[in-house]
Order: sequence, then C-alpha cells, then structure tokens
Amino acid sequence: MVKASTFTLVGQRDDIPRLGSRRVRTPAGEIALFRTSDDKVFALRNECPHKKGPLSEGIVHGHSVTCPLHNWVISLETGEAQGADTGCTGKLAVEVRDDGSIYLAIPSGMAEAAVA
Amino acid sequence: MTKSKKPRLVIVGNGMAGIRTLEELLKRAPDTYDVTVFGQEPRLNYNRIMLSPILAGEKAYQDIILNDWDWYEANNIRLHAGDPVIGIDQKRGFVFSAAGRKVAYDKLLLATGSEPIVIPVPGHKKNGVITFRDMKDVETMIDGAGRLQHAVVIGGGLLGLEAAYGLSTLGMKVTVLHLAPHLMERQLDTAAGTLLKQELERRGLDIILEADTAEITGDDRVEGVRLKDGRSFPADLVVMAVGIRPNTWLARSHGLATGRGILVDDHMITSNPDILAIGECVEHRGLCYGLVAPIWDMARAAADTLAGSDGKGYQGSAISTKLKVTGVDLFSGGDFSGGKGTEDIVFRDAARGVYKRLVVKENQLIGAVLYGDTGDGPWYFQMIKDGTDITPLRGTMAFGQGFEEGALSDPFKAVADLPADAEICGCNGVCKGTIQTAITEGGLTSLAEVRAHTKASSSCGSCTGLVEKLIGFTLGDGYVADSGPKPLCGCTSLDHGEVRRLIVAKGIKDIPSVFQALEWRTPDGCHTCRPAVNYYLLCAWPGEYQDDARARFINERVHANIQKDGTYSVVPRMWGGVTSAKELRAIADVVDKFNIPTVKVTGGQRIDLLGIKKDDLTAVWADLGAAGMVSGHAYGKSLRTVKTCVGTDWCRFGTQDSTGLGVKLEHATWGSWMPHKFKMAVSGCPRNCAEATIKDFGIVCVDSGYELHVGGNGGIHVRATDLLCKVTTEEEAIEYCMAFIQMYREEAWYLERTAPWIERVGIDHIRDRLTSDSEVRIKLRDRFLLSQKDAQDDPWAARAKGVDAHEYQLLATIG
Repeated sequence: MVKASTFTLVGQRDDIPRLGSRRVRTPAGEIALFRTSDDKVFALRNECPHKKGPLSEGIVHGHSVTCPLHNWVISLETGEAQGADTGCTGKLAVEVRDDGSIYLAIPSGMAEAAVA
Repeated sequence: MTKSKKPRLVIVGNGMAGIRTLEELLKRAPDTYDVTVFGQEPRLNYNRIMLSPILAGEKAYQDIILNDWDWYEANNIRLHAGDPVIGIDQKRGFVFSAAGRKVAYDKLLLATGSEPIVIPVPGHKKNGVITFRDMKDVETMIDGAGRLQHAVVIGGGLLGLEAAYGLSTLGMKVTVLHLAPHLMERQLDTAAGTLLKQELERRGLDIILEADTAEITGDDRVEGVRLKDGRSFPADLVVMAVGIRPNTWLARSHGLATGRGILVDDHMITSNPDILAIGECVEHRGLCYGLVAPIWDMARAAADTLAGSDGKGYQGSAISTKLKVTGVDLFSGGDFSGGKGTEDIVFRDAARGVYKRLVVKENQLIGAVLYGDTGDGPWYFQMIKDGTDITPLRGTMAFGQGFEEGALSDPFKAVADLPADAEICGCNGVCKGTIQTAITEGGLTSLAEVRAHTKASSSCGSCTGLVEKLIGFTLGDGYVADSGPKPLCGCTSLDHGEVRRLIVAKGIKDIPSVFQALEWRTPDGCHTCRPAVNYYLLCAWPGEYQDDARARFINERVHANIQKDGTYSVVPRMWGGVTSAKELRAIADVVDKFNIPTVKVTGGQRIDLLGIKKDDLTAVWADLGAAGMVSGHAYGKSLRTVKTCVGTDWCRFGTQDSTGLGVKLEHATWGSWMPHKFKMAVSGCPRNCAEATIKDFGIVCVDSGYELHVGGNGGIHVRATDLLCKVTTEEEAIEYCMAFIQMYREEAWYLERTAPWIERVGIDHIRDRLTSDSEVRIKLRDRFLLSQKDAQDDPWAARAKGVDAHEYQLLATIG
C-alpha cells in the first residue's frame, strides 16, 4: 500500500446515502466514497480499471460496486475487479470517527501515479 | 470526330434488370461505354418487388428508389424516362423512341420486362379495372381506397394476394376470385394453400375459389364482377392479377428470335450478337423468370459480356418464393409438383399451424413448401441448389436445421468449420480462438463462465446460440446446456415470473422485504436484480411504493445519459416532435453558455445535447425549464418519443391529424416507468413516413380511422409490428394505447422490450385481452391512468430546484 500522507476531513457519513456514493475532487483526480448498507465507508479512485468508468455512478451492493459503463464489479474492500475480470483501481484509506466525520488519506505518490 | 470516342451502349428499360446490369458493368469496367437509358415509366429506377409493401402502407415510394438522379448524373448516363423505344434499326445500329429520339448504339441491351396479363372478359376496359404492376397502379389503388368501398381482386397468386392484403389494410372490403381450387397453386400444395386461405380469411379477406369470371359489370365505371356460375360480387375497383407475360413486342417485331420470351444464350446474347437481353422479357434454356434473384444472376452474366470478360455465363436459377404479407410465413422453393420418381416428406403441427413438405428425388431435395415456420427455408433451398445428397439427413430433416445440428453425429459442424479468427461476438470483438482458449485453459464449462471470461455474448446476446455451440464443440460430452427457466440473477433461484407473482401474492411493498421474504442469497441484491425488483414493486403498487433511486441505473438516477467519457447527454421533450423558435433559441443559448460540444438530432425527432459535465446538469435543466421544456426521458425505461409526420395539416396525402394525435399520446403517456424503453409513432397515411411499424406502439392513419400496430423494434433484431386492430376515433386509439402499455407494464419482464414479449406470449394473447374484451381493456386503461397520477412530474424541474442535490455536487474539493 502506498504510504499515506495526512488524513483530511471531507464530510459526514450521513452526507452519503446508504448504498450510495459521493465524489471528492483532489489534485490527483476524483475519489469516490461509498457507504454500504452496513454503514461502512470505502474510498476508491473514481475510475474503473477497465475503461475509466466513473465508479461513483455505479450501483452499490454488498461490499462491491458495479461500474455503470460495462458492468465490471469492483470490490470496495480491495479495489480489485471481481469474477473473471482482472484489474485494480486505487484504494484509499478512510476513517470514520465516532461523530461520523469522514477522514480521507490522500497518498503522497498519487499525483504521479495518476499521470503515469 | 475524335478517335477516343467510346462505344455506345443503349439500354431499353429503366427497371431493375437493365439498371442492375449497368451497375454490374460499372463495377467491372467503369467509363467504358457512352450510356443511354430509355424507360417507359416517367420515373426513376425503383424496386418493383417493393410495390406490395407500399400498397400495404409499410413503405413509401422514396424508400424503394434504387438510383436517384444524382446517380445517373455522376455516372454520365443519359436517361430518357417516360419515352419508350419503339423501333430498332439493326443494320445501321440505332433505336428510335416514341418522342422521336434517334440514338445510335454499338451494343444494345433489351430489358423490357414483362406486362400484366389482362383476361379479355367483357367489361375489362371499364374505368376502375386495373392491374398490379407499377407505381401508377399502386397510386390508383391507394387513391381509390380512400373513396371506394369494395375491391375485387381477380387472381389468388402471389401478386393478387399481396394486392388484396394491401387494399384491405387501406380499409377496403376485399374479395379475391381465384380460378384454381387452392391459392397460389404454382407455389403451394393444397395443404399449404388451405392454411393460407384460413389465415387470410381471419384477416378479413373473402376468398372465392374455383371462381371463373364471366363479366365485369357496370356502365362506364365498374360496379361488380359476375362469375360463370351466376354468383356476382359488388366492386368499385377490380384488380387483375392473373399473371405476367414477357414483353417481347419490340424484339419480335424486329425479327429477333423469340419463344415465350426473347431467346438468349448463357451470355445473354440474342440472335443478333450486338443485342443482349435480360430479365423477365427473356427465355433462357426454355424458362422465363418472374422473380428477382434470377435477374441478379443474369445481370452479372450480361455485364461480363458487355465488359468483354469471360464469365461462365448464366446457368439458370432455382427459385424460391415468399409472400410479402406481414405475419404470414410462407416459403416455397424448387420443384414440388411431385410426380414420377419423387417422394414426399410431410410434417404437420396443427396446434402451431405449421406445415412442411419436402420433395425428394433420387436422394436429393428438389422442392420444399413451408407454412407457418419458414426459418429453415434458406437451408432447404441451399440443399436444393447444391444438389446435396440427403441420405444421412432423411429421417430428421423435416425438423429443420436446428434439430440436425443438435442430433446428428456431427452436431457442431457449422461452428467446427469456422476458422480460429472468425469473429463470434461482434459487440465485443471476440473470435472463436479466444473463446476456445479461454474454455480449455480456464476450465470453463458454462455459458455464464464464458461470458464472464471472454465477454462473448454478454452484450446484445445475438451470438448466444453460436457461443453455446462452440462450448459444446470444445468440451464434447462435458457440456450440458442450461435448461429450465433462468433465475433472475445469481442472488436468487426464482425467475422473473415467480418474483413478480410472489410480490403481488405476498403483498410485499419494498425491496428489503422482497429479499427477506424470497430468501435472497445476498444482502442488497446486485445491479441486475435491484432495478428489476424496484420496477416490479413500482408496477404492482402504484401510488404506494416509493421509488428507490439506489436501485436505478445511473441514467435514471440522474435523468441524463452517461457517455463513454463520463459526461452526460440530455434530451428535452418535444411533444410529438414539434418545436418552436423559442425552444430552439433556448437550446442554442444553453449550448453556448455551457460549451456543449455536440448537438444532434435523434432518431426519434428530438434534440440531443451531448458532452455535458455532471456538475452542469442542474443548471442546464434550469435554463431549459425556464423556456418551458421538460425532460424527454431519453435515458429511461419509460416512454421515450412519439414520432410523427405532418398529417392533414400539411401533407397532401395525410388522412388524419397525425401530429396532433402524437402530441396527445405523448401527453397521455410520458413519465410512466416501463420494463424497457418504449417508442411510439403516428403516421398520417399508409406511406408511413413516421415509421410506425417498427415502434413499440404505432398508429397508421387511414381514411377510415386508425390502424394500431404493436411490438415493432428497430434495434438489434429488427421486427415489424403486428396489427393489433383498427379503430375509428382518436379517443379509441388513445384508450388502446394506454391499455396496451399497461398490459406490457404488468406482464413483460424487466428489460424485455415489447417485441420479444409479444413473441413470448403471442399476439393472440394480447389481442384477446385488448380487443375481444372491452371490460379488460378499460380496466387496464384505468390502472394505467392511476399509475400516471404519480408519475407525471418533471424530474428535471425537481432537480433544478435541489432534489437529490448530493447526486450532482461534490462532497469536498481538496487542494
């Protein structure tokens, strides 16, 4: 895992609907935050490893999201494509504090990774 | 005179045969000849075999033009349309025309076609007696149908029945008089002829067999037809369609050798080596042809000759026939007259209305008649043409190609024969070798796995059968095809029908309860079942069930179409396809203001704004809404568009206010969620300019009212509509429309369009419920109206005001 820099406050858990998502814009590209039905919050780069489909627009189910462009199913826990597909989208560390605040860790090497 | 002067080719006949020869010649040897074409009809070259669909209102003249003026001009062809050639001077090499033109030729091609036979019974020259041969006849019929009531068609062959069907769809009461004891006796045997008669009678035609016409009665104008046995039938229009004969007058009167037609050799050369002849006017090896396929073969041979290349010439054609009457499946090919040394293989399935007869001679198939299920026609026809030895197929060939491929010792022959680089799945560009490698290396054993690993058959699905065969071929005995109803998705073992039924039976009213009560295997379902269940709940409990946006695909959640780059497109609703300067100006302003890169007119007569950033969506909608425009639902499994023509407002052929009716339909039905996208159209006359017969619900206006069509699809599998019924008022048309939509909403599976739904349940089932029982229809209509009460609010307006703002706004911006 890429080394995290600082955790940044991006919002409240209740800003994200259950089985929904929100987007956070960063210099390294968009990050998608997902909230599952068991109230966990996950963060992935907002790009499917297949054709860069915006994962934030997909349908969330279990701990997975289905990309809206071509129905690849991506694990929210690992960023890995599920089933027979292979590929991984960047996963980011995220923390939900007791008051429901969401802190997102922007990895220091991400800007370069996004360019490459 | 310059030396480079090109040889001169004159073509007599601007029809399909002459012009196809010219096209073939231009392919082989462009710019070789100086070409002049004479045509008797004052028209462009058109596709004569499409006259029947024109008459039936399924096509318009514009649709059947083969080559327009530009084509003649671009190829430097002089066309004298409406000026028949009346003489040939073979000695000096020129032709002269009725209008007094005199044109020299080095090569002359006669393509004079054929002429309809008119039986010279008393009265055959009266006004109102016509043939069915060219556009003029069709125009007379369409024009007559608007004013006249009774039509009599003399002749129950291919042409006669197509004319009768066309006139009947135009609203006339039609009687067919046929001399022989069964219909289409040259193409069908008695059994198939009887089935055809029953079907046409069900569609309202009166068919009188063994009807020998004695006289056409009336003063100046036709009033009726009397038979030799004394029976008589009223007629305002009489169509003679008893056959055609080769038009040999020009050739015969100038001394060219003729039999029934102009005699030609295999290179289409007549008795004069500088004169060729082709098409329906010729006789080749003792045969005259009246169908199009042989003409294409002849055209190639004639073009070879004219281009000076050595083709093998024309070898004669086996011919097959289909009747162009919508919804009647009928095929015949080869020689099925039977007789000495032939044997018949007959297959009947009374319940399905299927009849097949195969005629075998010396272990070869020589003829086939198919009724009700013609899918295997081309397969049989290929065997007839190839002279295939059918000994190994004999026991089972009546069941068709599908059965052969599943049951014979080499069931996978078709797929085995393909090269490794043959493309199996066009959507995803997957070839045979890739799939086989995936199967063998990945140890795949099912269609689902192959789909997952290769993407083959995972998009449109039209290659599914081929992929299944390939799996079977690759695995041999290890493969067992999927059977039984397919579960809705991997989260449940229930199929769509069961889920729907249980939702209603158990009174379940939200998604989590469905998953609980029906023992879903996953906590939240998946992207396949959630939208389906959401829809089923919405349909079952209108007004009660709260739509769940999170169970909707992104397009329906944000009311715009997601594009490949993550931007969106939006389509404002334009009721009935009508817009105004104000709306266009507002659209133009939005395009400028938000730098929208592409503005495109859609197939449904709406304007698509493509490439809008998600963050701009609500602002775009606010501006469009300020000009009075609402969402066009171009992204939804819902009513999309109602395409219209201009109807009586502007069109000289329009019979009803098709635009107005389209607007009313759109106002009545917009906003309703459906199993899949739903498109409608209203055409103001049988020319069908709005293409209503490939829509989910289409209306073709006729003088006497409105023809309602259902189940058309212009998508992956093109399907023309089935005629549901005819009604006389706009109110009825709208009532039927709403009832049909409701029935579709209640009975079709999610993501099933009307075409596959109708093919699954049968049009009769739909007709039964909608047309036979007005109480059922009205109840359906009422349930539709009930569901519309909550459905018709503009999602764009709501979102422009802030509903679901989280969908459009960033949670945070860092850096």
